[in-house]
Amino acid sequence: MTEGLVKETIYGNFFKETLSNIQPEWLKDLREKSFAVFTAKGFPTLKDEDWKYTNLAQLVREQFTIRKNENIDAKKISQLFSETENENRVVFANGIFNAELTNISDLPEGARVLNLGEAVEDETFGVTVREHLGKFVNAETNGFTALNTAFLNEGVFIFIAKNTRVETPIHIAFVADGEAASFPRVLVVAERGSEVTLIESYLRTGEAKYFTNSIIEIVLADDAKLKHTRVQRESHAAFHVTTTAASLNRASVYDSTNITLGARLSRHDINVKFNAEGAEAFVDGLYLVSEEQHADTHSVIDHAVPNCVSHQNYKGIVDEKARAVFNGKVFVRENASGTDAQQSNKNLLLSNDARVDTKPQLEIFNDDVKCAHGATVGQLEEEELFYLLSRGLNEDLARNLLTYGFAEEIINKIEIESIKKQLDEAVLNRLHANLEA
Amino acid sequence: MLLEVKNLHAGIDGKAILKGLNLQINKGEVHAIMGPNGSGKSTLAKVIAGHPSYEVMEGEIIYEGKNLFDLEPDERAREGVFLAFQYPVEVPGVSNSQFLRLAYNEKMKHLGQEELDPLEFNDYLKEKAKVVEMDSSFFKRSVNEGFSGGEKKRNEILQMAVLEPKLAVLDETDSGLDIDALRIVAAGINKLRDSEKAIILVTHYQRLLNYIEPDFVHVLANGKIVKEGGKELALELEEKGYDWVKAAAK
Repeated sequence: MTEGLVKETIYGNFFKETLSNIQPEWLKDLREKSFAVFTAKGFPTLKDEDWKYTNLAQLVREQFTIRKNENIDAKKISQLFSETENENRVVFANGIFNAELTNISDLPEGARVLNLGEAVEDETFGVTVREHLGKFVNAETNGFTALNTAFLNEGVFIFIAKNTRVETPIHIAFVADGEAASFPRVLVVAERGSEVTLIESYLRTGEAKYFTNSIIEIVLADDAKLKHTRVQRESHAAFHVTTTAASLNRASVYDSTNITLGARLSRHDINVKFNAEGAEAFVDGLYLVSEEQHADTHSVIDHAVPNCVSHQNYKGIVDEKARAVFNGKVFVRENASGTDAQQSNKNLLLSNDARVDTKPQLEIFNDDVKCAHGATVGQLEEEELFYLLSRGLNEDLARNLLTYGFAEEIINKIEIESIKKQLDEAVLNRLHANLEA
Repeated sequence: MLLEVKNLHAGIDGKAILKGLNLQINKGEVHAIMGPNGSGKSTLAKVIAGHPSYEVMEGEIIYEGKNLFDLEPDERAREGVFLAFQYPVEVPGVSNSQFLRLAYNEKMKHLGQEELDPLEFNDYLKEKAKVVEMDSSFFKRSVNEGFSGGEKKRNEILQMAVLEPKLAVLDETDSGLDIDALRIVAAGINKLRDSEKAIILVTHYQRLLNYIEPDFVHVLANGKIVKEGGKELALELEEKGYDWVKAAAK
């Protein structure tokens, strides 16, 4: 089946079906325009420079059900979450908001979490949503962004009012229960001086083949602080394509940690743009893939203004026949003097069949800057391994411990205990030892 | 006999460094292996521990009646062989206490004895750390990462204290230590010395032997033991230098 036919039968039919009852008019226009872009452009191919290592042929061939929400196993889904963790939890099942599993009772007065579909029509927030939605991603050039925007309906709108500090993290969980395509969308608007921790997780109840295409847009006003932990644990048969776009204003701080464990094929685009001076961004990540997984990370950090700081530390562990791609662009524009931009991508290959393509790129158009970048691809150090063996650790244990040590710096950034624990276990999956010492 | 080295020929990259070494060690003994640079002291230490870069060309080592070369490095460790590294390796991201507890429990499992949970182990570790005057701030830190030379060597002796080996090979444990650190490390080794354990001190200098009195001194030159004696041999070497034994080796 050709790509065009897929659009006709799956995405096209569904698009026609859902568009009729969409309000307001501007959203309907946006969606129609986006669908036209998707129809014209389709999915990217290996000929696109930004997709040359990630082959989407398998995804293009798939015929996913869209918006399947019957027979959600709520009990099974609820078991995916920690009972003890104190968090505001918003749960989507197969891309559709699930009120039963959602609990956002621990929010201060200035914080609002709304279903995006309702927020667009909300008297108070409709204007804010319209002002920001789609402004930080490009639905005209990127086929996935266009596709997500064409189906824009379900999602979350988070609004944190001026100087509001949200103590309890807001956790948005996208759970796949069965085979379906979903197009979640999140918009976070953090007003001046506000503070919030956002957890974005992708989970599954089983090993089904499905497709998640999500977009998270974040706007930080002056002095706002947002801590963003993203954990992707899709099924190993799933396709996962996400864009995170953060727009930073004066002296705001965006601190993100991006963990990639799941999916057959995953692609994460993370774009940070500095709009005003004194802002700071930490863009860290860990991808841990095995079997025949493929994990692609593309980041763009745009120092468009002077005196901003960006630190990027990505680590990769690639085992068996898995493949990882890291492409990190840092732009320092002509007027962006006083920029401090650091970028590092270190990779650990655990098998001879594993592969990493890493490409850190600094493009600097100003001399008054402090910039450094580096990338490494290596294996476990033989001397370190022998050291552990000489203390009586068997080879599997020694290898796992060194691998854990490699990832620890990123895992330890995560302050949410239940997630940290899951990660410890995921990284140490073959290490049957309790490391809590 | 705990360890018997018979006609050992071993080296690295196809080049023989040890050329027919013989050595016999009983429980409770402390043996000093001395010799000039390049004589093969560290090669012996690494061959005993099973370092993969070193190859054995001829001869054998019998440990507790077993052929040592039939055991993998980790099996040797669990059977009670311990090497204190000349250059201890840094292991980023793995805390000292995690590492030590895993190593300790692997050994306990092997011996069919009870493993310790983190809390129990912490108490055990605190007790052992006294041997080398280490405080508990070292437990949380990554193994050897950012440690000073002296701290790394103390950490090696702490590992020895925790793992309670039957045969401890200390490879140039005195090198790079200032006098205070040397005193602490030597005192630690003396505390661990007992009638059940054998210790091999590999050292270039007599200095360490002022603190740890060996039962036997072996002088290695050109891959062979060329002179053997009691502790007084070390003093003689200090006085006359290695040229004296080198000449004897020819």
